Amino acid sequence: MNMALLFDGSLIVLILAVAVWTMAVRNSFAAVIGYATYGLLLALAWVRLAAVDAALTEAAIGGGLTSVLLIRAVVRLRSSESAARAETPGRVSRLLAAVLAGSVTAALALVVLTLPEPAPTLAPQVAANIASTSLGNAVTGVLLSFRAIDTLLEAVVLVFALIAVWTLTPDPLWGGRPGPRYELDENGMLAYLARLLPPLGIVVAVYVLWVGADLPGGKFQAGTLLAAMWLLAIMAGLVEAPPISQRWLRGALVLGTVVFLAIGFAGVPLAGAFLAYPEGHAKPLIIAIEAASMLSIALTLGLLVLGPPERGA
Amino acid sequence: MSVAESTFYGLCAAALVGIGLYGLIVNPQPLRKILSFNLVGSGVFLIFGVVARRGAALGMGGDPVPQALVITGIVVAFSATALAVALVVRLHETTGAATLMPADAGEPPTP
Repeated sequence: MNMALLFDGSLIVLILAVAVWTMAVRNSFAAVIGYATYGLLLALAWVRLAAVDAALTEAAIGGGLTSVLLIRAVVRLRSSESAARAETPGRVSRLLAAVLAGSVTAALALVVLTLPEPAPTLAPQVAANIASTSLGNAVTGVLLSFRAIDTLLEAVVLVFALIAVWTLTPDPLWGGRPGPRYELDENGMLAYLARLLPPLGIVVAVYVLWVGADLPGGKFQAGTLLAAMWLLAIMAGLVEAPPISQRWLRGALVLGTVVFLAIGFAGVPLAGAFLAYPEGHAKPLIIAIEAASMLSIALTLGLLVLGPPERGA
Repeated sequence: MSVAESTFYGLCAAALVGIGLYGLIVNPQPLRKILSFNLVGSGVFLIFGVVARRGAALGMGGDPVPQALVITGIVVAFSATALAVALVVRLHETTGAATLMPADAGEPPTP
């Protein structure tokens, strides 16, 4: 028994307790706050599993952005809460659900306990080939080089999700601005923070992007930070959300994917394969893709949180 | 933390999937179902994390391939959540429905 084991044990108990509370608490607002806490605790678990890149992503997106999204929705759905509670299933259904959930957990636990030994791993292959990318961070190497096609398609999925959200716009408002108009309170705390934090946030985001080549970080984490700063300025009423019909906005949303695709296709004549990088030029090309993607990801994530247009341009 | 101790996190992940699944079935509010679904997803991601940790080799703390997959997964889960939330809010604003039950089975919708 040592300190590390004590820490892991306490963290796991805390995670499970917050998860149960998030499910069980009657008030939906409280549940969302519980989920935000849960996301941050889970980020700690990722650090303990030596996956700092995933920890940063979980803290920023799982704990942060998802919670902002859900809090906005809870406030809008508040009027329906008591009506929905009346439809809680009866005791028998709940018992059956518990049996099902318990069996799934038992099956998963069995799988976890019987994972093959020694564990299969691709780490040696990554270590053998990482030098060709001039990157120090193996996860960035996998994301932008070895499995670049996944990352490319993921950027496309983000844009598709935004298009799907925008299709929920009522007809007369098409092309309008998403979200309500936020009133600026000149002397309010929110306006103060929205002036103070974004310059810091932008510097940190660029730093996270830049070190992502060699240390934990990268375009998703940096893009999420930028999105958070943008949302803060919008919700404080300092800037307005742009009308979704703007051409610059639509161009910026696909910028990352376009740069990624252009460099990918340039690889066909220059390096002999789609998404292959020419010898010795991998790192600058990867940083170009990451920088362009960061801007697109930041805008897409911010607009996903804001939802479909709700007022005219 | 030794690689063997990552099994504790694996068991935690299995429990999270179960807790989320129970909430997904039992909670009648669509928003709470979305929340529960995210809990199931995070449990699945955590199992990936454990598999990655077990694959630690050559000075790497874990197998970077599953770690990269998890990062992709978290971002995609967020975009799916955003779409689901937009659908629920629009459903509520259009029909006044509080749950996903058919109108005649639950509260009558307020126009």
